[in-house]
Amino acid sequence: MTEITPVLRLDGIVKTFPGVRALDGVSLSVMPGEVHALMGENGAGKSTLMKVLGGIHAPDAGRIFIAEEPVIMTSPQQAKAKGVVFIHQELSLADELSVAENIFLGELPLKSFGRVDWKTLYDTTDAILETLNVGFDARTRVGDLSIANQQMVEIGRALTVNPRAVIFDEPTASLTDAEKVVLFKVIADLQARGVGIIYISHRMEEIFKITDRITVLRDGQYRGTLITAETDEDEVTQLMIGRSLDLSRNASHHQMGDVALEVRDLTCGTLFQDVSFSLRKGEVLGFYGLVGAGRTEIAETLFGLRTPSAGQILLEGQAVRITSPIEAIRHGISLVPEDRKNQGLVLGMNCRDNMTLPQVDGLRAGPFVSSGAEVEIFDHYKEKLDIRTPGWRQIVGNLSGGNQQKIVIGKWLSMRPKVLIVDEPTRGIDVGSKSEIHNLIRDLAAQGYAVIVISSEMPEVLHVSDRIIAMFAGRVMREFTSEEVTEDNLIQAISGIKEGRVA
Amino acid sequence: MADMTKQGIGRLLAKQGILIAFAIFMIGFALANQRFIAIDNISGVIRSSAILGVMALGVTFVVIGGNFDLSVGSMMSLSTIVVLDLHDKIGPALAIPAMFALTLALGAFIGFLVGYMKLNSLIVTLGMLSAIHGLTLTWSGGKNMDIADKAGTWFAVFGQGRVLGVPVPILIFAGLAIILGIVLSRTAFGRKVYAVGGNGQAATFSGIPRARIVFLTYVLSSFCVAVAGLLQASRSLGSQNTVGQGMELQVLAAVILGGASLMGGSGTIFKTVIGVLILGFIQNGLLLMGLAFYVQYVVTWGIIILAVWLDVAAKRGRLWSPTA
Repeated sequence: MTEITPVLRLDGIVKTFPGVRALDGVSLSVMPGEVHALMGENGAGKSTLMKVLGGIHAPDAGRIFIAEEPVIMTSPQQAKAKGVVFIHQELSLADELSVAENIFLGELPLKSFGRVDWKTLYDTTDAILETLNVGFDARTRVGDLSIANQQMVEIGRALTVNPRAVIFDEPTASLTDAEKVVLFKVIADLQARGVGIIYISHRMEEIFKITDRITVLRDGQYRGTLITAETDEDEVTQLMIGRSLDLSRNASHHQMGDVALEVRDLTCGTLFQDVSFSLRKGEVLGFYGLVGAGRTEIAETLFGLRTPSAGQILLEGQAVRITSPIEAIRHGISLVPEDRKNQGLVLGMNCRDNMTLPQVDGLRAGPFVSSGAEVEIFDHYKEKLDIRTPGWRQIVGNLSGGNQQKIVIGKWLSMRPKVLIVDEPTRGIDVGSKSEIHNLIRDLAAQGYAVIVISSEMPEVLHVSDRIIAMFAGRVMREFTSEEVTEDNLIQAISGIKEGRVA
Repeated sequence: MADMTKQGIGRLLAKQGILIAFAIFMIGFALANQRFIAIDNISGVIRSSAILGVMALGVTFVVIGGNFDLSVGSMMSLSTIVVLDLHDKIGPALAIPAMFALTLALGAFIGFLVGYMKLNSLIVTLGMLSAIHGLTLTWSGGKNMDIADKAGTWFAVFGQGRVLGVPVPILIFAGLAIILGIVLSRTAFGRKVYAVGGNGQAATFSGIPRARIVFLTYVLSSFCVAVAGLLQASRSLGSQNTVGQGMELQVLAAVILGGASLMGGSGTIFKTVIGVLILGFIQNGLLLMGLAFYVQYVVTWGIIILAVWLDVAAKRGRLWSPTA
């Protein structure tokens, strides 16, 4: 009997950063042909572990083996030469170059005098693309491809060497369902070739669909490895967060107050038309729809980032004109934007300064900003939102996604808004922080806040909303109460089917 | 393990590198030439750095706000020429406010173009460098500008006076550094400058008027240029049209040397002052060593490259990247 050896094995990896034990003796092994899921909340140590594997961080202790040979990784390039390839969530392609040039970037086949051997380049690339079964060729400009196809190019890059192990980091973050199917097919092909795969994702569905084993990290520690076929979502979640996640329906039991916001026939060019709705204090109104349905644009219009071409906005019964975020803030509208890193936070600033940014003018002691008043606000929301950070001096960019999002929410709650708009409240956030943020939104409503939640995740919308507005192509298709909404009629509404008829 | 010790040293070097290099430089110079650490030499260095330093204070705001200002040298020439010319025409008491008004107007114009019109600051201020030089030559007719009665004017007090034995330029530089240091670190305006330079979009989403903040950093920078022009004019009571030529790069060098990121969002007034002093002492040291003044151009450039390298090294935690 021949023993099968792991293609890749990490053994007792320890990595300490100043003040943080990011990895505390983590082990992981990947067998040939295995898809091995790596799961954990943001901040659990998945990225650090992969950076150690890619030679970006040197481990303080522990060893890495490739086919049971100990190796020291010094750079991603060297890891690739040893057959360990990374497919990153964020693509790193040159838009203006062809697919072939991207795939062989830095290692173009050459003829004499440094001339590029275009024929070999295109032929080899086409051969690789054929194994990926994609509908474009080597000469296509990368900028003309969809995100999914660009990801295929990224995968093609991995295949220029004969990989032993491929690491996929959140590969489906921006893929449609159809595109995912293609990706999973490619993963299955790699598997069949005996390649070991590490698959990092937050999405349970996918994990259970394609992986063989699941290794869970929590707070930099190894929590265990489960065989996918013998476990379920609950067990994995519990391992990840130490308890299970509640996604049940959640209609309010408390009394609702007066109408906080009323929108009448609001139109913004071709982005959305004739949008009308109202929102009461103590209510969570969900907006659900496909990307491009106009949800975010409505939020941006309410927040003064876009100018409506028609329609009316009434706050507590008073018609208002909002032409800039400054005015929106003055009127008591707050927006937690969808893109946390680019719109929500100044990543290089500390926690306190980020949180008090919109009201820094108001926190004066004489001509100066009152540090005391700022710290008081920060401490209040740190406690209230359970933000895990060593202190207000911590640079926001160093926090996990969930804690960053809480900073943004704290920033806008501290403005005591009449209307709080939260766009994609849990995008890129791990499952544990997700449920915390959901509970937080429910709590805010119970405290009398009027909240709008925009989300692309149906379970989330169903979970947090008292009412749901379904949008399609810039129009409100239907409004549901939490009693009447079902997954089916919601999907129909956002696909443009209005109560059984095609719109 | 040896590898890790090396990394630790690398990190320390990268973090405090510029201070360590400065210390080595100072010790070397002091050993080579006793005069270097004499009190009057040190005071002289700080005094001659004051003009550059004052301009660097303003440019620090612009750089933290995420922009460049290459116009300060040429703008300082204009301020100097204008205040000297007006001194004899309308008297110093009116010449000074008139010069300030003109300089602030130019700063406001640049601020308008970069802030409100959202034009690239590198292009705008590079263009203004040249345009203002033209303006200066037009004003002076290309001739040197001199005050007629050099002995009899109180105007000399800013550049040549002493209060309690301390040269006035040092007092003005120190006073302005303290005030602007507080403005940057303690006021809402300062906070907004960091926010706009750190992430302009997030600043907008937080209700910060980005255009106005950028505009104000340029006005502030031009105010500092006007002060520098005043010091320059008062010190020499006469000037060429090109007195500030090349200073924009030295100013930028001091700001970078102090550790402000050219991407915006980081840096402090204190660090800029350190940067100014390092530059001043190194140039002085080279002169005392008997090297020609133009050697300092090469050395200054070398120091800037060193500073940028150490800054990058600090960010990646290694002195160099083994793979490109």
